[in-house]
Amino acid sequence: MQAILALEDGRIFKGQGYGHPGECSGEVVFNTSLTGYQEIATDPSYAGQIVVLTNPQIGNYGTNQADNEAAKPFIEGLIVREFSAVSSNWRSEQVTDEYMERFQVPVLAEIDTRALVRHLRTHGVMRGVISTQTTDADALVKKARAIRKMDGTDLAKVVSTKAVYHFDEGDPRYQAGDPLLSKAVDGPKLHVVAYDFGIKQNILRMLGREGCKVTVVPAETSAEDVLGMKPDGVFLSNGPGDPEPVEYAVKAIRGMMGKVPVFGICLGHQLCGLALGGRTYKLKFGHHGGNHPVKNNATGKVEITAHNHNFAVDPESINANEVELTHVDLNDNTLEGLRHKSLPLFSVQYHPEAAPGPHDSHYLFRDFRKMMEEWKG
Amino acid sequence: MPRRNDIQKILVIGSGPIVIGQSAEFDYSGTQACKALKQEGYEVVLVNSNPATIMTDPELADRTYIEPLTREYVEEIIRIEAEMLGASHGKFALLPTVGGQTALNLAVDLSDAGILDRYGVELIGAKLEAIKKAEDRLLFKDAMLRIGLEVSKSALVNNLRDGLDFAGKIGFPVLIRPSFTLGGSGGGIAYNREELMEILARGLDLSPVHECLIEESVLGWKEYELEVMRDLADNVIIICSIENFDPMGVHTGDSITVAPAQTLTDREYQRMRDAAIAVMREIGVETGGSNVQFAVNPANGRMTVIEMNPRVSRSSALASKATGFPIAKIAAKLAVGYTLDEIPNDITRKTPACFEPTIDYVVTKIPKWQFEKFPGADDTLGPQMKSVGEVMAIGRTFKESLMKAWRALETGKKTGAEVLERRRLTQMLVTPKPERLGYIRFAFELGMSVREVARLTGMDPWFLHQIREITLEQQKIAKTAPAALTSEAMRRLKRMGLSDERIATEWKLQGHEGVKQVRELREGLDVKPVFKLVDTCAAEFESMTPYLYSTYDEEDEAPATDKKKIIILGSGPNRIGQGIEFDYCCCHAAFALKDDGYETIMVNCNPETVSTDYDTSDRLYFEPLVLEDVLAVYQHEAQGVAESGAKIGMIVQFGGQTPLNLSGRLKAAGVPIIGTQPESIDLAEDRKRFGKLLEELVIPQPAGGTATSVDEALAIGERIGYPVLVRPSYVLGGRAMVIAYDAEAVAKYMREAVEYSQERPVLVDHFLESAVEVDVDALCDSKDVIIAGIMQHIEEAGIHSGDSSCVLPAVSIREETLETIRRYTRKLALALKVVGLVNLQFAIQRDGEGKDHVYVIEVNPRASRTVPYVSKATGVPLAKVAARLMTGRTLRELLPEELASGKDLGIGDYYYVKSPVFPWSKFAGVDTVLGPEMKSTGEVMGVASSFGEAFAKAQLAAGQVLPTSGTVFFSVNDHDKAAAVELARRYVELGFKIVATEGTAAVLKAGLGFDVDTVFKVKEGRPNVVDLIKGERIQLVINTPRGQDTFFDEKAIRRAAVLARIPTITTIAAAQAAAEGIAAIQRKQTTAYALQNLHEERVVVRG
Repeated sequence: MQAILALEDGRIFKGQGYGHPGECSGEVVFNTSLTGYQEIATDPSYAGQIVVLTNPQIGNYGTNQADNEAAKPFIEGLIVREFSAVSSNWRSEQVTDEYMERFQVPVLAEIDTRALVRHLRTHGVMRGVISTQTTDADALVKKARAIRKMDGTDLAKVVSTKAVYHFDEGDPRYQAGDPLLSKAVDGPKLHVVAYDFGIKQNILRMLGREGCKVTVVPAETSAEDVLGMKPDGVFLSNGPGDPEPVEYAVKAIRGMMGKVPVFGICLGHQLCGLALGGRTYKLKFGHHGGNHPVKNNATGKVEITAHNHNFAVDPESINANEVELTHVDLNDNTLEGLRHKSLPLFSVQYHPEAAPGPHDSHYLFRDFRKMMEEWKG
Repeated sequence: MPRRNDIQKILVIGSGPIVIGQSAEFDYSGTQACKALKQEGYEVVLVNSNPATIMTDPELADRTYIEPLTREYVEEIIRIEAEMLGASHGKFALLPTVGGQTALNLAVDLSDAGILDRYGVELIGAKLEAIKKAEDRLLFKDAMLRIGLEVSKSALVNNLRDGLDFAGKIGFPVLIRPSFTLGGSGGGIAYNREELMEILARGLDLSPVHECLIEESVLGWKEYELEVMRDLADNVIIICSIENFDPMGVHTGDSITVAPAQTLTDREYQRMRDAAIAVMREIGVETGGSNVQFAVNPANGRMTVIEMNPRVSRSSALASKATGFPIAKIAAKLAVGYTLDEIPNDITRKTPACFEPTIDYVVTKIPKWQFEKFPGADDTLGPQMKSVGEVMAIGRTFKESLMKAWRALETGKKTGAEVLERRRLTQMLVTPKPERLGYIRFAFELGMSVREVARLTGMDPWFLHQIREITLEQQKIAKTAPAALTSEAMRRLKRMGLSDERIATEWKLQGHEGVKQVRELREGLDVKPVFKLVDTCAAEFESMTPYLYSTYDEEDEAPATDKKKIIILGSGPNRIGQGIEFDYCCCHAAFALKDDGYETIMVNCNPETVSTDYDTSDRLYFEPLVLEDVLAVYQHEAQGVAESGAKIGMIVQFGGQTPLNLSGRLKAAGVPIIGTQPESIDLAEDRKRFGKLLEELVIPQPAGGTATSVDEALAIGERIGYPVLVRPSYVLGGRAMVIAYDAEAVAKYMREAVEYSQERPVLVDHFLESAVEVDVDALCDSKDVIIAGIMQHIEEAGIHSGDSSCVLPAVSIREETLETIRRYTRKLALALKVVGLVNLQFAIQRDGEGKDHVYVIEVNPRASRTVPYVSKATGVPLAKVAARLMTGRTLRELLPEELASGKDLGIGDYYYVKSPVFPWSKFAGVDTVLGPEMKSTGEVMGVASSFGEAFAKAQLAAGQVLPTSGTVFFSVNDHDKAAAVELARRYVELGFKIVATEGTAAVLKAGLGFDVDTVFKVKEGRPNVVDLIKGERIQLVINTPRGQDTFFDEKAIRRAAVLARIPTITTIAAAQAAAEGIAAIQRKQTTAYALQNLHEERVVVRG
């Protein structure tokens, strides 16, 4: 099956189509992780995006239920150099190609993904269309230009849960007993309300393993409603899109600050930045990968971290008297974490829950627990 | 944390001679470390016994000691250096982690003996406790259990009974791993009690602490390695994951390996990463690189830790080349206090070294074995490493990289001409042997399923599926006629990694011409490779370092420059006869020409080497050294100068036989070869034309001829008289070369030993018995010649020059004979229009009247194995001079005084002895007799003010300890009998007893005036000499050969002597040297010389 990628600037890549035959469109971004294509595909933060994986061999170990970060893939399309027709791993339940077809994700393979990545690196992320239906490149370029831009788009409420639900160690998604996951802590249970802007399941598992019972709430839930649930802490999840239009959440954070410990990740971090009076901006080609060095300014130590963000908080916009800049990316000095100096609030731009990625920052969930315990007194 | 300013001086220990398990990778890591430490402003002192290394180049350290890597010598060096340091107040440190197991063991030894404490030397990079915890299997096991990691069930034993008991408990098969041996030496897998007894006995014997680990077998599990780095601030990063294609059971050095890991889910990979980091912390490796190996049960993911090396390793060299992350260099910087975030990433320059490389290609490494050199050796692969080298290839997919690596191996066999036997298929899939990869493809050709092949081999089905796809694609080729093949179809074949040669084979297009047809067809279809960068970051950041590989993809991202440039072809995988010496020459060419303003471009496929360090040349192409790939590099580079008209040239004479074999075809394809022309190389190889040239020049050579049939060979033997030396043409390292004493042996050789053709006949030469052999290296610019060194072999004639110890200067050759050799050398170099280096071998035979006759044995118009040794002895970097000659510079300009003097290059008042090192301990049961086929894997150098001491040092460095007391066995030929008397007298003076064979004893008795004990020859009765050796009643053998009569005696004696680790000496010159060496040892004289001091005042080389 022939397939084609057309970018808004007119660049065309022709290759082979796998997965779902059809058409998809979105912002084209690249991810440099060597492992974890299934976790990437199912990460709701990728809503509205077509993902190019730099690892040229994708699909090798198949797919399985346990590695889903959400009930289904959220990427619009997948671009790889070579897509494995077979899967080989004791955990595999379905061949990757069939999985993508089942969830209607078009896959473009056999293109020069490195050339595409270099193009995006040089010219920045841009909109694109993958199609197996037409070879009319001009028409596809036009289509790409017509896609709604990510900037200014609130995707969080699109991917968020519509109803409140509860998650604890009894939930099958907790995957109790999986030796590949970290061990749970003992101790009294804490109640965390988690805002779902596109929450990854491993965040819930990590909170669960820190002894938290989690109430997951829709993105637009108000501060009052959340505080009414009497949480020991509030978690702000990752999510897709531009943080600026997510004004309801900024308002909610302002309403909770100082009243309950808050921990934000990724979009949740950007929303904290906005709530603290800061600004966000769009990165040229974003951070998407599992090898970013982030320095913890407090300890001086470097964590290798998983990233997935196109936007970032401008450190210049943050009031240094109130807020401490805790983490910085050593590759490009992007702000990666902040902590309020007097109120119980901290957030990181990257993904301490990893999945996929290194576990160096798992300690942040422990920090959150400690913060909640101290707050409780 | 910044640089440690309290340290002033750092001693770096190298890894010694190239042996199986420790190859050029430690030259690469040591060189990087020395460079990094010098850059940081430390005073660097280096010790390594191996002269063929770049790291022992005098520029790389402040003081370079080419001395034996023994406690005594290194203590002496520490003493000298500590004394020099005395007045100042800086600290003296020792970096033991870049010289392999040798350096690590030596550091432990120095520490345990209290020497480091005595001289106030601090170990940096790895502390003693960490080394011991990682190396001691019991301590290691405890440590792993403490951090909650699983290890295989195991027990340490130091006797057979305990071993048998434990195996009884855990069940067979079991693994046996001797403690503290190199490359798993002496290890094995036992499936039953008998095998266990045999392997365990050997293992206990080989282990320096007489201890072996018996371990539960995890045969068939998947094997992984992670390369880990840690700094003093406890930042830990993983540089690379490596997945073994061969499952557990085969030593990782003998496994095909792939980077990055291909079949692990993120959850599994991260668990492994967590474990590796925990291991690093628990073992306590404070700074530097380590390698942690894991086994994973493919059925349920159960993971066990196999081992960790608290130092840089072969795998870290591979990981460095695979990712572009220079592990050894960074490790050196971490050892002196830097943290990872303080060190920039060389390749991106803008981002720090504190990150984990991510790659957007696949790397495959295939080991290179040479069982053909060791008839009788068991070629089954197991826990003891047997390969002598490796190739690495980079492709965008596993398929492409596997196929590139495969063709880079240079098996010498024609593509598709492997002998695959259907009846052996199952056995060859089950048993790991070098040919297994070929049999996997064969199985798919025969229609076997992936499932079936996976069941038999234990390999991961994903890898097998890839090979099956390649095989099926290849099988389709023949169905389409060449003319009907579309551009798309051709592109698909090339993207699978199929070489032009394989495609030609499928179409039954013969020979070089067939390959050329495919190439032209492919280029006509506009199917050409593009070049991409290795950049550590999968293109996320811009890369500044042109480290390139070819692939059949869309975008070429590394356009050539328009500068004047020289392409240097490397020597490919390390192998016996073509080792690190050639890499040394290639690096030197790059260094010199870079200085001269050329853009230098290296092409090589050996991940162990300095030449494949992106720092060595301006551009590095990591490519197979086969015509297709080399031509693609040339065409790519030539595009850059097409408009500018800048000069472009290619050097083929530094990489050994590999590039030479390509030179004619490269030139025919329009590549400008610089230096000695392919026509001259051909002339030197072409028996008939070369014979004619010698006649014209009136230079004698042994009578001989060329044969393309058994009858022809026998006729030549008849004509020139036996013994004869028979060998194929165009080989290196005396491959398949033998001395035949009669017609029957010649006939057998022609029938069984070699393939020959009209193009490549067998050479049959009269063998000069009792001759003295010499090697000459010379420089020539087509007008003038400078003789760099005349090396006298101190092994009997007929032993391959690479296996013979030799000495500079010649010690027992008459001046007039040396003059003849010089005259012949000059004549030949000029006649062959040599531009660069030439190596000649001569034999000197003394006739009944005492007159010397000099014969030319062979002429190689290329850099030789001895170039680094001669460079280090003379202080003149021969390869650099030669490279410059190739670009048109002259000896008059570069070495005017030396040229004007008309003398050989000077070596001062010292003697330099080079000795070979053999891999016998790796190949149980192999015949240890030396002959015209080279068997040594590496070499060492001994330097001293007397020949004897230099010889003793070289022997010691090679692991051969000369005795200081006991009994010397004498058996000499008539020719040597006069000299033998004086020699025996000297040994008696040194306190030795003498035993001799009857004839020799009579002569000695007459000469010495007292009785010596006699002993039977092997055939005379018992107890004979071999019985005495076995009974440890002889400590030194002096046995000069007498041709066929004693041929079998000599073999038997040597076999017994090697087994008993007793030195065997085969020439009077060597026996005299040994006596003086023994005298030096008896005086407990331990002298160490820094190269810089040896050459300080004497040598002026013009750049």
